[in-house]
Amino acid sequence: MATDIAVDKGKRRFLIGATGVVGGVGAVATAVPFVMSFWPSERAKAAGAPIEVDIGKLEPGQKIDVEWRGKVCWIVSRTPAMLASLPKLTDRLADPTCKENQQPPYAKNEHRSIKAPVWIAVGICTHLGCSPTYRKDVAPADLGADWLGGFFCPCHQSKFDLAGRVYKSMPAPLNLVVPPHKYLSDTRVMIGDDKA
Amino acid sequence: MQKLIAWIDDRFPLTALWESQWGKYVAPKNFNFWYYFGSLAAFVLVLQIVTGIFLTMNYKPDAQKAFESVEYIMRDVEWGWLIRYMHSTGASMFFIVVYLHMFRGLIYGSYRKPRELTWIFGCLIYLSLMAEAFFGYLLPWGQMSYWGAQVIVNLFSSIPVIGEDLGVWIRGDYTISDITLNRFFAFHVVALPLVLLGLVAAHLMALHETGSNNPDGVEIKQQPKDPATGLPLDGIYSHPYYTVKDLVGVIAFLAVFSAIMFFVPEMGGYFLEYNNFIPADPLKTPEHIAPVWYFTPYYAMLRAVPSYLGSQVWGVIIMGLAVVIFFVLPWLDRGPVRSIRYRGTLYKAWIAVFVVSFLVLGYLGVVPVTIWGQFAESVPVVGGVDRATVVARIFTALYFAFFLLMPWYTRIDKTKPEPTRVTM
Amino acid sequence: MKPTTYARLSRGLIALAAAAALFAAVEATASGGADLRFEPAPVHRLDDASLQRGARTFVNYCLNCHSAKYMRYNRLQDIGLTEEQIRDNLILGDAKIGDTMSIAMRPVDAKGWFGAPPPDLSVESRVRGKDWLYNYLIGFYRDEASATGWNNLVFPNVGMPHVLWSLSGTSKLASTEYENHEAALAAAIGTKGLALVEPLLGGKYVVRTVAPDVPGTMSPVEYRAMAADLVNFLDYMGEPARNKRITLGIVVMLFLGLLFFFAYWLKREYWKDVH
Repeated sequence: MATDIAVDKGKRRFLIGATGVVGGVGAVATAVPFVMSFWPSERAKAAGAPIEVDIGKLEPGQKIDVEWRGKVCWIVSRTPAMLASLPKLTDRLADPTCKENQQPPYAKNEHRSIKAPVWIAVGICTHLGCSPTYRKDVAPADLGADWLGGFFCPCHQSKFDLAGRVYKSMPAPLNLVVPPHKYLSDTRVMIGDDKA
Repeated sequence: MQKLIAWIDDRFPLTALWESQWGKYVAPKNFNFWYYFGSLAAFVLVLQIVTGIFLTMNYKPDAQKAFESVEYIMRDVEWGWLIRYMHSTGASMFFIVVYLHMFRGLIYGSYRKPRELTWIFGCLIYLSLMAEAFFGYLLPWGQMSYWGAQVIVNLFSSIPVIGEDLGVWIRGDYTISDITLNRFFAFHVVALPLVLLGLVAAHLMALHETGSNNPDGVEIKQQPKDPATGLPLDGIYSHPYYTVKDLVGVIAFLAVFSAIMFFVPEMGGYFLEYNNFIPADPLKTPEHIAPVWYFTPYYAMLRAVPSYLGSQVWGVIIMGLAVVIFFVLPWLDRGPVRSIRYRGTLYKAWIAVFVVSFLVLGYLGVVPVTIWGQFAESVPVVGGVDRATVVARIFTALYFAFFLLMPWYTRIDKTKPEPTRVTM
Repeated sequence: MKPTTYARLSRGLIALAAAAALFAAVEATASGGADLRFEPAPVHRLDDASLQRGARTFVNYCLNCHSAKYMRYNRLQDIGLTEEQIRDNLILGDAKIGDTMSIAMRPVDAKGWFGAPPPDLSVESRVRGKDWLYNYLIGFYRDEASATGWNNLVFPNVGMPHVLWSLSGTSKLASTEYENHEAALAAAIGTKGLALVEPLLGGKYVVRTVAPDVPGTMSPVEYRAMAADLVNFLDYMGEPARNKRITLGIVVMLFLGLLFFFAYWLKREYWKDVH
């Protein structure tokens, strides 16, 4: 052992530091691809791509279901009577003015849509994820005389109006989600993308 | 920090483990180039496990989906191509490192008393590694994957009496199928990695019990102690000396590994075989089936042995013996010295023969048997036989002669006296 | 066995080993039998313009029968195209930009029409290599005896007709006989192009090449350029990440060089204690 040569502690500390720093950079750089591989793959992104829906043949009062990102989405053609019912329910709703962030800015209005007669939403109850049933019938026996039309979730009986706004004192805490969407023409709408 | 470590030490042998296994593990100070490959093998094992886990997140062990899922990883998964190449390059590098590691053991007599058990655990690791590679190779479900597995499992079917049933039992089906793929997946991803980890632990524990050998074959435990340090005269602590040295080894390895992985991942079709980019087709046998390069020496032996008494099992037996014979090496070597540095010309010549045999057989295992044509019918003994087969038979015999004649040539070899101190 | 006898036996076996190794080395260099010589494929992985032309050729001529089911349309942004350009020029059906290049033909129909389903071409380049693909495309010739009326010097009796014949024009097989293998091989190498050397019964050898016959709408130079672009594209499709892999490789090697420098210096410093 060459114990007669004094150990240059400073140099050793520098070298450990330098090697450590460069090595550390390498270790982090190596970890990046592994961590990044968790993000959605191209297949997931393609499957989750925006969908185009033709609403040219939508009858007044009709609801059609489409799938986007594995979730059921509704497109409802609301009649003038349906639209007229919306302002009447303000007192019975938990969040009538859409304070919570359940919709894009262009759907933060009375009718929660770009065009009032066409309403687009994610058809999943904000309680525990069931899909509510469409109850456009007025004053049915099971929902009572006050029912002006809306959505009723069979799992835990949450109630939503025809703009997806949740009634007060429901198991569901929030209004139904309105997804990003845009009109490609009067009869074609794209759900999942709202870039101009 | 010191208090935290003290708290842990009262409850778990953290410092004791660190010091006994590495920190204060006393090793000979004359480790050379050949001594990098043990830590490198452990490094590659970790690499394969980590990349393997990430591949398993996206791979589908289903005959209909397997091939496609590999291309999914290569194209659609972010950085999937890099993870895949790491794993495929790592597999071949694992064998290169392990063969060099075994060669070190061979030339420095690391298998000799008292380290026989370390050697035997090592041989078991080698066997397990070959099985791991074999099971893993079916997973991409390419033509080579499928037909390679078909050929090798059929070898087991060649065993008399029980062979047919054994083949069906291994496959879980009458031919290599989706069922076989699923169970090979379980072996490759769970069973064998656990076996490998256990064997590596045992291998290291056995090594630490006897202490490490060195290029001069000197037993440092038998040396007097340096009064200043209390360590054997030629001993040093692994930390920091081998920590910093092995770090350099790892970086050099990564340079070789990265150069291959980034620039030539297919390595001319040896690391990623071209025909394996064709999806498996049970109805179409490829013209030329060869196992991956690391199996080819044994494959050449298998093909070289002709069938006797209507069975091909003799080739299987020879191939098996070629691997198993490594286990008995500690008892074949009767030389008075451990390391090649002090052996005579006879031993060195036989080592050379062994290496040449291994390499030539490796080459022959890659090419078709007809590559050099046949001897003319008129030639005695070998008339009409493929030339490559004759060469393979010669080198198979030499390979076994290296081992089987070892008790004699090591005893009569003119050796130099083994020193008491190492040479740096 | 006596030690000297044993030593002689050892030396004899080692000599045998050396002879066998020498034999092996000699045999490895000689060759006989059929010999296919390729014209090197003039493809460049960094030439986006070539890749784009190749993509257009592929979509217009190949995608009817051959799928590329692991290749997504939107991945073509790699070769310098925008999503809009891809949608407008390269998606000929109603596929979405994120879809893969699959085809409508069912394998069972394909088998009936062609004898075997046209293979998916996503990774064909990784199986065959650029040179094989290029020479395959320039290797078609008229053959009245075959099922399709075409044959191919690189892939004898291939089930695929010469789809691009109107562009390349028709060719015929040209054969020249030679007395021995050396002369034939020399002649084949001399053509500097696609040539097949085959043995004939009786010890002679023949060199076969593809000779132009009736011209098509493209000149031979134009057709070869188109084939090169197509092969370039197929090669890209086989491994879209290739360019990124190589670039990253250079960065990694430089980084490891730097890290090695520090680690080695560190090692030397500590090992002063030992030496």
